[in-house]
Amino acid sequence: MQWRHKDLLDVSQLSADEARHVLDTARYFREINSRPVKKVPTLKGRSVVLFFAEPSTRTKTSFDVAGKRLSADTFSLAKSGSSLSKGESLKDTALTLQAMNPDAIVLRHSAGGAAQFMAERLECSVINAGDGRHAHPTQALLDAFTLTERWGALKGRTVLILGDIAHSRVARSNVLLLNLLGARVRLCGPRTLLPPGVDTWEAEVFSDLGKAVRGADAVMCLRLQLERMQAGLLPDLREYSRTFGLGEGHMAQAAPDALVLHPGPINRGVEIASDLADSGRSMILDQVASGVAVRMALLFLYMTRKSAE
Amino acid sequence: MSSVSLVVRNAVWKKKKVDLLVARGRVAALIPSARKTRVEAAQEVDASGLLLLPSLTDCHTHLREPGFEYKEDIASGLDAAAHGGFGNVLCMANTDPVNDNATVTERMLDRARAAWPHGPRLYPIGALSRGLKAEELAPMAELAGAGCVAFSNDGLPVPRAEFFRRAMEYAWDQGKVVIDHCEEPSMARGAGMNEGVVSGRLGLPAQPDVAEAAQVARDILLADYLKIPIHLAHISCRRSVELIAWAKERGVPVTAETCPHYLTLTEERVEGYDTAAKVNPPLRTRDDVEAMLQALRTGVIDILATDHAPHAAHEKEVEFDLAPCGISGLDTALSVTWGLVEKKLLALDDLVRAWSEAPCRVFGLPENRFQAGDPADFLLFDPTAAWEVTPEAMRSKGKNTPLLGTRLRGRVAAHFLGGKKVV
Ligand SMILES: [Zn+2]
Repeated sequence: MQWRHKDLLDVSQLSADEARHVLDTARYFREINSRPVKKVPTLKGRSVVLFFAEPSTRTKTSFDVAGKRLSADTFSLAKSGSSLSKGESLKDTALTLQAMNPDAIVLRHSAGGAAQFMAERLECSVINAGDGRHAHPTQALLDAFTLTERWGALKGRTVLILGDIAHSRVARSNVLLLNLLGARVRLCGPRTLLPPGVDTWEAEVFSDLGKAVRGADAVMCLRLQLERMQAGLLPDLREYSRTFGLGEGHMAQAAPDALVLHPGPINRGVEIASDLADSGRSMILDQVASGVAVRMALLFLYMTRKSAE
Repeated sequence: MSSVSLVVRNAVWKKKKVDLLVARGRVAALIPSARKTRVEAAQEVDASGLLLLPSLTDCHTHLREPGFEYKEDIASGLDAAAHGGFGNVLCMANTDPVNDNATVTERMLDRARAAWPHGPRLYPIGALSRGLKAEELAPMAELAGAGCVAFSNDGLPVPRAEFFRRAMEYAWDQGKVVIDHCEEPSMARGAGMNEGVVSGRLGLPAQPDVAEAAQVARDILLADYLKIPIHLAHISCRRSVELIAWAKERGVPVTAETCPHYLTLTEERVEGYDTAAKVNPPLRTRDDVEAMLQALRTGVIDILATDHAPHAAHEKEVEFDLAPCGISGLDTALSVTWGLVEKKLLALDDLVRAWSEAPCRVFGLPENRFQAGDPADFLLFDPTAAWEVTPEAMRSKGKNTPLLGTRLRGRVAAHFLGGKKVV
């Protein structure tokens, strides 16, 4: 498949075939990751800027490893230490980055729309590694990859996304991609953590975890931010974990062999019972491994695309 | 009629061809063109094909001077007003320094007179509270004495009902009405987007329409209780309109305004994180737009206002979260609302009432109804002239409008204030 996109802003840009192509490409790269020598010269001489204006060690490391295994040069630019912390505007940062002439920029930013803002101003590819509460397409792709590796296909499967849906870019991208790939999506969380207009999303919505989990083939827990309590959206962690924390008891209601996912880092005992996180159902470490393969696939596709003349 | 200084011939007013006679800056007579009166005048204008309209009054603009002249200043704002068809401009107090003392008011008036001696005329709105902090009342008697025509805390809504009540009472002692920016602050922090399907999808912080309506309800109850008029600024949603309709039925002394963008644009315009469409209150839904149009037709909404809020380009070219709220409106307001007349969503009478009669009545300004003795403030409007909204075509320093690049129909061909041609 000839890759036609310049940027990856969200999974909504992808057709089902394109999404499957990303996963197929990732499968090929995952095989490289299991070789004794894990490096290929595919992107030798190309440069990738990792611009993380919001801290995220995991995603950044994952992209860094992915780039290096393809022999690309990766450069990190963090918000602290960059001129951004000195009050530079995102526009000027974009222009500065452009002047360095990289082949791709991986962007993490606290503002929704930041990736689009950059993409409109840069000639190189922009890969969204999370913008505000809006989108996290590479996470959704790695989640889908993890599940397809186990199941073969997503068609006909039911995936429950559990927790703070309102503030989650992971949830937004996953709802789109899981539907695109033929899965049924359920959402569950307290009403205070469900986004406005959620009834128009392609998903069944629950506030009762017992009901939501019934027959689910996988449960994707989301990370809970402590500031949700200060914002008056939750009483306290204890009550949250008792009402919406995923435990073995819930999994007994789910489909046999149902899987558990979490984008990490997890709050043990809050979003998910500690034992469950370490159990055979848990895909949490598989997700990390998938992350590198999927990001290799994305860097490869976006950086070797034929630019439209 | 030897004293007639200006004759405008063959203009269309209320669907009839008329000649307008002006003497000493005032309307001398409006007569059917067919009568072919022989009038000698120093100046004659042939207005064939043009509509005659009373000059518009904008009761809600932000002119940014003093303090933010890089966004707009009084001279450039009045330039945009003159070309946009506005003869009277009421400017909000959220300048720096805030217009909470006579020195600021007088300076504003001096700047306006120096830049536009024949108008558009500036009518400052005084701050309701010192520094707009909603803690101490502003010296409203001093401000009224210096020329403020109303009081408002616009920009920083007043959270405490008790304080707001006292402000209404004190302002009414000066014979002035309070204009409220209706926003329940705890529900509406830092948002320029309507809470709903689109905000949910984009993941943007957003404010629900009930944040506006809750404050509208409070203001209505206060006005009813105190028997003191209140004017509600830039109403944007059905929920508010229903409350205002209820209040008017009960005879509560409440008036309300809305803006061209709440009659034409919906929250979908924010899609793509377009900061040009970030405005406060936010653009709402299609259903709200329909409710606003209906309310304007039935008089539940009395007044049209621009809420002209100019910003510099670099301030809007940022992440949506960081961008300031506001749309630059003086240049486009009349064309946009004329478009609604062309689409038969509003009558021309609705425009005249909402842009001219009602604001003059509510704020006690001289009004031109084309009766002998009225101020000769009028427009010749070319309903067919098409123009594209470009930065160059806009007189305001603020080019921040979601309409950039669109074509509008209807434009001011000439604008006379006190019988003098200003455009
Ligand atoms: Zn306001």
